[in-house]
Amino acid sequence: MEQMRYEAPDTVDAAVALLVGAGGETRILAGGTDLLVQLRAEWIEPDLILDVKKIPELTEISKENGGFRIGAAVTGAELGEHLGVKKAWPGVVEAVELIGSVQIQSRATMGGNLCNASPAADSVPALIAAGATAAIAGPNGRREIPVEDVGTGPGRTCLAKGEIVTSIFLPSRPAHSGDAYLRFIPRTEMDIAVVGAGVSLTLDGGGKCSAARVALGAVAERALLVDAAARALIGTPVDDAALDNLAKAASAAARPIDDKRGTKEYRIKVSGVLARRAAQAALERARQS
Amino acid sequence: MSTAEKLENGKFKWVGTRPVRPDGVDKVTGRARFGADLFLPGMLVGRVLRSPHAHARIKSIDTSKAEALPGVKAVVTRDDFKEMPSESVAAGEMMIDYRDMTRNIMAREKVLYDGHAVAAVAAASASVARKALKLIKVEYEVLPHVIGVIEAMEPGAPVLHEAMFTEGVEPTPDTPSNIAARNELGRGDVEAGFKKADIILERTFDTAPVHQGYIENHACVASVSEDGKAELWCSTQGHYMVRAFCAKLLGMDISDLRVTASEIGGGFGGKTIVYLEPVALVLSQKAHHPVKMVMTREEVFRATGPTSGANVWVKLGATKDGKITAAEAVLKYQAGAFPGSPVGPGCMCAFAPYDIENVKVVGYDVVSNRPKVAAYRAPGAPISEYAVECVVDELAEKLGLDPIELRLKNAAKEGTQAAYGPKFGPIGFVETLEAAKSHPHYNAPLGPNQGRGVASGFWFNIGGESCATININEDGTAQLMVGTPDIGGSRASMAMMAAEELGIDLDKVNPVIGDTGSLGFSFLTGGSRVTFATGKAVIVAAGNVITDLRERAAKIWDIPVDAVEWEDGFARPTSSNAGEFDPLSLADIAAMAAKTGGPIAGHAQINAQGAAPGFGTHIVDVEVDKETGRVTVLRYTVIQDAGKAIHPSYVEGQYQGGAAQGIGWALNEEYVYGEDGRMQNTGFLDYRMPVASDLPMIDTQIIEVPNPNHPYGVRGVGETPLVPAMGAVACAVEHALGTRLNELPMSPPRVLKAIGAIGEAQA
Repeated sequence: MEQMRYEAPDTVDAAVALLVGAGGETRILAGGTDLLVQLRAEWIEPDLILDVKKIPELTEISKENGGFRIGAAVTGAELGEHLGVKKAWPGVVEAVELIGSVQIQSRATMGGNLCNASPAADSVPALIAAGATAAIAGPNGRREIPVEDVGTGPGRTCLAKGEIVTSIFLPSRPAHSGDAYLRFIPRTEMDIAVVGAGVSLTLDGGGKCSAARVALGAVAERALLVDAAARALIGTPVDDAALDNLAKAASAAARPIDDKRGTKEYRIKVSGVLARRAAQAALERARQS
Repeated sequence: MSTAEKLENGKFKWVGTRPVRPDGVDKVTGRARFGADLFLPGMLVGRVLRSPHAHARIKSIDTSKAEALPGVKAVVTRDDFKEMPSESVAAGEMMIDYRDMTRNIMAREKVLYDGHAVAAVAAASASVARKALKLIKVEYEVLPHVIGVIEAMEPGAPVLHEAMFTEGVEPTPDTPSNIAARNELGRGDVEAGFKKADIILERTFDTAPVHQGYIENHACVASVSEDGKAELWCSTQGHYMVRAFCAKLLGMDISDLRVTASEIGGGFGGKTIVYLEPVALVLSQKAHHPVKMVMTREEVFRATGPTSGANVWVKLGATKDGKITAAEAVLKYQAGAFPGSPVGPGCMCAFAPYDIENVKVVGYDVVSNRPKVAAYRAPGAPISEYAVECVVDELAEKLGLDPIELRLKNAAKEGTQAAYGPKFGPIGFVETLEAAKSHPHYNAPLGPNQGRGVASGFWFNIGGESCATININEDGTAQLMVGTPDIGGSRASMAMMAAEELGIDLDKVNPVIGDTGSLGFSFLTGGSRVTFATGKAVIVAAGNVITDLRERAAKIWDIPVDAVEWEDGFARPTSSNAGEFDPLSLADIAAMAAKTGGPIAGHAQINAQGAAPGFGTHIVDVEVDKETGRVTVLRYTVIQDAGKAIHPSYVEGQYQGGAAQGIGWALNEEYVYGEDGRMQNTGFLDYRMPVASDLPMIDTQIIEVPNPNHPYGVRGVGETPLVPAMGAVACAVEHALGTRLNELPMSPPRVLKAIGAIGEAQA
């Protein structure tokens, strides 16, 4: 097609209708921080660009059942300034804030980060660790699925034609809970995770870990929920022995490839190191909460 | 006061001060016009089709479908460029062969690297140009490729050039290879020297090719008229060089091509050759429209620069008390797809900081299937000197000597015969070492997992041809024009030298870069030559203005010109014997110019001789995370001899910039190639140059040992600051780890491998 079409509907229904009716290649524009790069680099030549930022429900943060529903097009900067989310889920917020520079933060969204489906997306392991769910709207109505089920491989999602992610839901937290996300990059900024690790845990009255979720990024075709790593923590006081087991489980679960961002064996090693450090940070937060 | 008196008394009005640069406001407001910022009526968009193969024979190119696409105004391929006979010419500090140059800008028989240009189009819009590229059908016969320097030297390696027989070996081989040339230099008898040594160290190092990483991608606008005359606007370090190369490749008279240098967003040596410019000219000629071409960052990475990756073997012998008795090295430098790596200067610089009786250095210039290397800040020197500095450091460690003490015992001084030939004049190497030794940084405590490294470096610096014109305006202000693009603040220092000489206020001097139609030939901005060489031209031009001004005053006063002197911006009678006259200011004389002979001006066209070398010593502290291999640079100090700092802030900026680039080279920058020979990290996201937050504030100390061959003592400062950086960072990392890597970049996987935390890293 000669011309690229741009549409900015103001309701979810209108957006779904446009997507269902579109022929050719379609791309959703939220923050655009991945999309515009892909366009400029001429990796993609979409026929329709559907801007979802004009849909009010996608740009709101609201309380729901003690948790938070965050519109898919809420920017990193907005999320970073939301005291409620920051207090409840500091690990998720710090993960989102790692996406790009200050300028990028003013545009980048969690919805975009999730649906771009990069295995190295920073917010995704933190969201998985948090037990977040994604709300999806489509021609057959709405559904809600765990975030770990959204990405299926590099650049691929489980979304069917006509579907968009409208929001991400972060559940309420029990007392003495904490989460953290760490990524390894060779630089300090402006880089993509070589390994990312998100940990969320809850302590019981005796200081033992009663619940935990551990997720790894950039070590497989998509972000991984690592149950074995979580089990290494549950029932323990999160002491050195438990952390060692966690690190081992994380390294064992990592199934990376050699690529321009790091070697396979390096990523396996650092998966354990980061999972351990993230667990220590989450533990500290749980103790203080 | 004469310049000599000013130097003696240190009483300069402008030299040595830190005024705001004249180009500063336009740059911070976005008003400055860079390569891509020119728009001409009827301008077309030019785009290049690039090879997807590292090595392939071009069997055919069919452009008919692209030409038929509406909006396409011209398509060019190898058939639009004439064959060039082999002829070597200087391009900055490197040599280039026209036969290779025409093949580099547009592939002929073969494509020799991923990204090699095979065709180009000019179209009415970017989208039409993009579609047109897809319609060009190129039939390739894919050939085996070779990327690494050691692999390229192996017998049986895929050969890039069937007619390449190694030069510099006797007898000339009868089979072609990728070894373009072998060269050797030295003095004394290394075998005898090693016999005198109590300790001998032999080490081998590998360095990765690194890109100059200028922020502004290559860009140009070409407009060729039907009468054969052409104009070209481009981002370059030398528009006279662009003019010469383009005129040669297109068979034009030099006078028919007028080249204007845009503002330049960095070059570091990488903009001392042509890529797009001749292609844009041919497209414009064919399309009968102006054509703009702008590279993407991906194109810059795949098809321009970098400097060589290398393999370097170093052997040093020393007595127990630390006197180096012999030094030997073998340097194998990647040239990229065509011969001409900077291995020559690499050989010359390797041991240049040291006074060593017995030296032998052998260099190999090796082609492989990667972009042709271009000059990068002291081309060749950072590689060989990195390797040598690491061995010097290890020597000090093994001998139980302080590394600065060891260097002081062997440091080159005035009168030292350099292994590469000349006897050094006054140089400031020892001064940088003494300053380092007594610097608070050198003696500050270190924490756990931290290490300190120190290393030194040398670079020649050059002079060469420069022109300058100073036109005195009717109101007494001065229009200063030079022909060397301002890449590092040179307009400021040129204006300061002009103001100093003329004795007028700096804000009365407006410095501009003239196009090739406005001034005579000026060699490019490179070789750390501009403040020295163009500065000398400015001083000569100012002297000619002063001569003119004295003649005008003599005419006004009706006294002999010898009876008029110029002092601090005024013409005065030399003594009362000459007559009693009130001094005339420059503005007074300018106001009467029409009555005294017409406009006042001074010109200079010189070949500046007597450039003096630069020496520097760097100190760096790092901390290593032994679980992730991550290296954090904590503190950095650059100490370097500037001869005389005209504008100290811009000298310091050069010191800091060199260190920053060296940190990137040392820690993370490298090209990642796939099995298919294609570069995988074609952007700054994955080609990891340091970002601002990766660097500490880099401290600087300017040493001033004047160069006797410049009126103010200037020596070049732009390139030396890169030279010591990799050695200093490597030694710091190694001291933090207690083990030596001998390989760049010291990326996290390599660091973990070195300390045995993981197995063999493949990166």
